[in-house]
Amino acid sequence: MTHGLVTPGRTLKERATRAVADAELQRALHNLDVRLFTARDVEDNHRALKDKAAAIRRETLADLDGWLDKLEATLVSLGVTVHRCATPDDARRVVLDLARREGVHRVVKSKSMATEEIDLSDALEANGMESIETDLGEYIVQLAGERPSHIITPVIHKTLPQIADVLSREAGAPLAVDREVLTEWTREKLREKFVAADMGITGANFVAADTGTIVVVTNEGNGRFCTSLPRIHVCVMPIEKVVPRFADLATLLPLLTMSATGQRLSNYVSMVTGPRRPDEVDGPEHLHVIFLDHNRRDLVGTRYESMLACIRCGACLNVCPVYRKIGGHAYDSVYSGPMGKVLTPLLSAGADGRDLPGASSLCGACAEACPVQIPLADLLVRLREDLRSPGPVVAGVPSVAAKRTRPRVRRLGFGTWAAAWASPAGYRASMGAARLGRRILGRDGWAHRAPGLRGWTAGRDLPLPAARSFRDRWDARREGDDQW
Amino acid sequence: MSIAIFVTCVGDALFPEVGVGAVRLLEAAGCTVEFPRAQTCCGQPALNAGEPEAAVRLARHFVDVFEGYDAIVAPSGSCAAMVRHWYPQILEGRWQGRAESVAARTYELTEYLVEKLGRTDLGARVDARVTVHDACHMLRTLGVKGAPRRLLGAAGAEIVEMVEPETCCGFGGTFAAAHGEISVPLADDKLTHAAATEADYLVSCDQSCLMHLEGRRRRTGLGPRPVHLATLLAEGLR
Repeated sequence: MTHGLVTPGRTLKERATRAVADAELQRALHNLDVRLFTARDVEDNHRALKDKAAAIRRETLADLDGWLDKLEATLVSLGVTVHRCATPDDARRVVLDLARREGVHRVVKSKSMATEEIDLSDALEANGMESIETDLGEYIVQLAGERPSHIITPVIHKTLPQIADVLSREAGAPLAVDREVLTEWTREKLREKFVAADMGITGANFVAADTGTIVVVTNEGNGRFCTSLPRIHVCVMPIEKVVPRFADLATLLPLLTMSATGQRLSNYVSMVTGPRRPDEVDGPEHLHVIFLDHNRRDLVGTRYESMLACIRCGACLNVCPVYRKIGGHAYDSVYSGPMGKVLTPLLSAGADGRDLPGASSLCGACAEACPVQIPLADLLVRLREDLRSPGPVVAGVPSVAAKRTRPRVRRLGFGTWAAAWASPAGYRASMGAARLGRRILGRDGWAHRAPGLRGWTAGRDLPLPAARSFRDRWDARREGDDQW
Repeated sequence: MSIAIFVTCVGDALFPEVGVGAVRLLEAAGCTVEFPRAQTCCGQPALNAGEPEAAVRLARHFVDVFEGYDAIVAPSGSCAAMVRHWYPQILEGRWQGRAESVAARTYELTEYLVEKLGRTDLGARVDARVTVHDACHMLRTLGVKGAPRRLLGAAGAEIVEMVEPETCCGFGGTFAAAHGEISVPLADDKLTHAAATEADYLVSCDQSCLMHLEGRRRRTGLGPRPVHLATLLAEGLR
């Protein structure tokens, strides 16, 4: 179990139970509802943009290695150092080695889920460096000793008074419960950090293969400080962030911001193309880009390949009834919501988040909201199959997964059921048996309790088989009963 | 033109009035309806539980039973979506073509009546205030939203839209039992939104969602009576 969760627990079920009962969290999550509808209204008018974006993402994934090679060549020609890292461990080591070699003491970070994925802040702090999150929400989460609970709005799980508490503790004096006051205080505090930093670390929303341009989208301008003030800039880039052409940003950028926050463009879009040149007054002396794989390449060509098209807009979280009910910490994973349910078991090769895909009603709101048309609900169905036996996910090879041993009771249960119901006689027999239950359990056709079905009856009455099935009534009609 | 009704396993065993209502509505629209007695379940519970082998077995049985009909009509958006969206994906080899053919001829009830037959006024009368819950697979997989409203409107019902009619009620098949801690509060939200409309009925086209909502309502007393569109409209025939 990860630390820093407001709703801890061993299983998703435990954490979700805690989340639903947490009145303050429920109040905080309510703020998501407002955002959801603004974002959706804007987005609805942009079907054509979505089609175009999905096509660009498909084109990229069709030759991911090719585009990465091209990007690497471009970056190197600009004077950028490229590190290809297979695992989070490798990526952490590269950053730590570099920081030690360069005598780095203070690091400022722009908001980045990739650095959460490799747990970079904790690693830097553990090695005696100060690592400060500079996105307002991330800063609050860091001060609270917690984890981001949403990929776009990391502190959505807190109410304003809770946030004021966290910042007041840091300020050593009570700050007013007022957005402007709290933001102004943080702004001044962070300016000092930007000026003093030796290293800036960012993720990347997109990186263009033809120009080597790293794109960082923010609403607070903190990304620009991180990429222009410190003498070293490190960009941690999950490999699927590559886009073929700079021109593709005309499609992908507005789609990202509209899907994320309903904005046509974010307040800041920082574009970094190589380190500082001799004639330039600012920018880093050294620029390092880390290509983070972390099992992503293994997904290419499998039934999960489309997941790599994700642009991390958070739209699927905002529309997800489950996310809106339990918040991000209940997932106990870097990525939460529908995309997190798919991504977490895949990136960890089945080591983490095995109980996430089951916690979905498969309503499909995620897939509908996805700007790059990832069939998220379908992928959840597929993952339930591929995760049923212990061990790594065998992505896209269902025949292998099916042969592996899986919980025998369940296999037998579904197998027997399907065998019985694939024949009319077996179906009739089981229906007859079910009707016995009616006589034992219910008076008015609904049961308050039923053996083995507490999962249902804990909160709901259970319907019992009707006295006469449809089949019986159809027969009665054929025998001349007009009322059937 | 041969039309088969697929009453669904839930409809057959637990809520036969839905299938009866569906048959009456189709007949009111001038159809001759057959009930293939060998029908059982579409297999969706198995697929969603991650047991596609069991789902395939039932899917093949479904194809065997129904492929001789010109149209297969189900009073369930979710079961119809299972056939239309998933059968062509999970049935392979010599079964695939047959699956595609059956999938193309399988309809949800209101979709068939309104979009295929072009009928809205079936002679039914509903003098009530109703609010409609858009069941997820019907809305997002089949793309059907207007049909139930047009049928209700033509019957004279007053339709009052609730807040978030398109948000999931929390049923989700096995999810409802496995994750009651999430599923039940979602039912409460849906019933609260429906109650705010002061409607007499909470109408939907998937009896499984309605059974979840009614099961919850029997504990809390909150919200209008959940009822399947086929049941409500058929009661108002003539």
